[in-house]
Amino acid sequence: MVSTEYLAVILGMGLVTFLPRWLPLVYLTKRRLPSWLVEWLDFIPAAILSAILLPALVTNSATRAVDFGRPEFIVAIPTFVFAILTKSLGGTVIIGMVLFGLSQKYLL
Amino acid sequence: MKLKNHSDSDSGHGKTPLSRGVAAAWPICLGYLPIGLAFGVLAQKAGLSPLQIGLMSVFVFAGSSQFIAVSMLAAGASLLSIVATTFVVNLRHFLMSSALAVFLKNADRKKLSLFAYGVTDESFAVNLSKFRDSRWDLNSALVTNQAANFTWIITTVLGGIGGQFIPAHAFGIDYALIAMFICLLVFQLRGFVYVITAVIGGIFAVFLSMIIPGNSYIVIASMAAAAIGVVLKKKTGWGEER
Repeated sequence: MVSTEYLAVILGMGLVTFLPRWLPLVYLTKRRLPSWLVEWLDFIPAAILSAILLPALVTNSATRAVDFGRPEFIVAIPTFVFAILTKSLGGTVIIGMVLFGLSQKYLL
Repeated sequence: MKLKNHSDSDSGHGKTPLSRGVAAAWPICLGYLPIGLAFGVLAQKAGLSPLQIGLMSVFVFAGSSQFIAVSMLAAGASLLSIVATTFVVNLRHFLMSSALAVFLKNADRKKLSLFAYGVTDESFAVNLSKFRDSRWDLNSALVTNQAANFTWIITTVLGGIGGQFIPAHAFGIDYALIAMFICLLVFQLRGFVYVITAVIGGIFAVFLSMIIPGNSYIVIASMAAAAIGVVLKKKTGWGEER
């Protein structure tokens, strides 16, 4: 069964996960934002997606060393080109999966 | 409800929020499949029951912090340290919700709260690129979030029941989310200054990820890169919308 301790852990985790997601949505949507903030927020998606993606492609999460020879990175190059040329999200996902599947079979 | 009065539901241009939201969510759902199963297997090995796993996925819905929490639980960590770690790991969503807020001026507070529950790296990236499309609205975004959430709950519980028997790594499915992020990043590169910002953010992140523990490098690198983007735009006039 589910113990009180476990419930306390996941409720606490849920609260600190929800609050950072919730506060900006409730407060920033009700206010006129200064133009510098809007401009800064406009750059956040490009910056944050790249900051999530690039370490996942070129660093080994166990050793935290840069390695440009990882299949994740090699496959990312044609996938990136495909995304630029087609602007197709579904197509890019499929191409990336197929290429990565092939790399797992033949590169290793 | 009249939901079946159209045919092009797979192109993301369906007519109801339900069909549009589901159509936009499929890459996320596909990508969650191997991760959710893997999480379920790990959690089960750490001694959690399928019910406990499902409850965690419902209350927390944050993949990376769930992985960390399970290993901390297995190591006998205290409640406070698990909650504090979760907070730090998920702080990046503060930035994501802020960026999304720009598109949701004066939206209904209850819907915003429900939407906030489902803000993840993946739903953020999909919804943000969709909000630039004028036909996207909060209802569609809610459907996308809840579809992703539903997939996460189901796959994590399934993983906990018998995930080791499901061949979850076939067909390059482990790459689905990475490929999705690649394409959504391309959508954000709307001019030279955005490209520069992304390159700086990526390089900062790689560098910082090697010197600071955890994933706070994401928040630090992207805040700094976005600030540099603003300065570059001002100084050079690059990045005026094309």
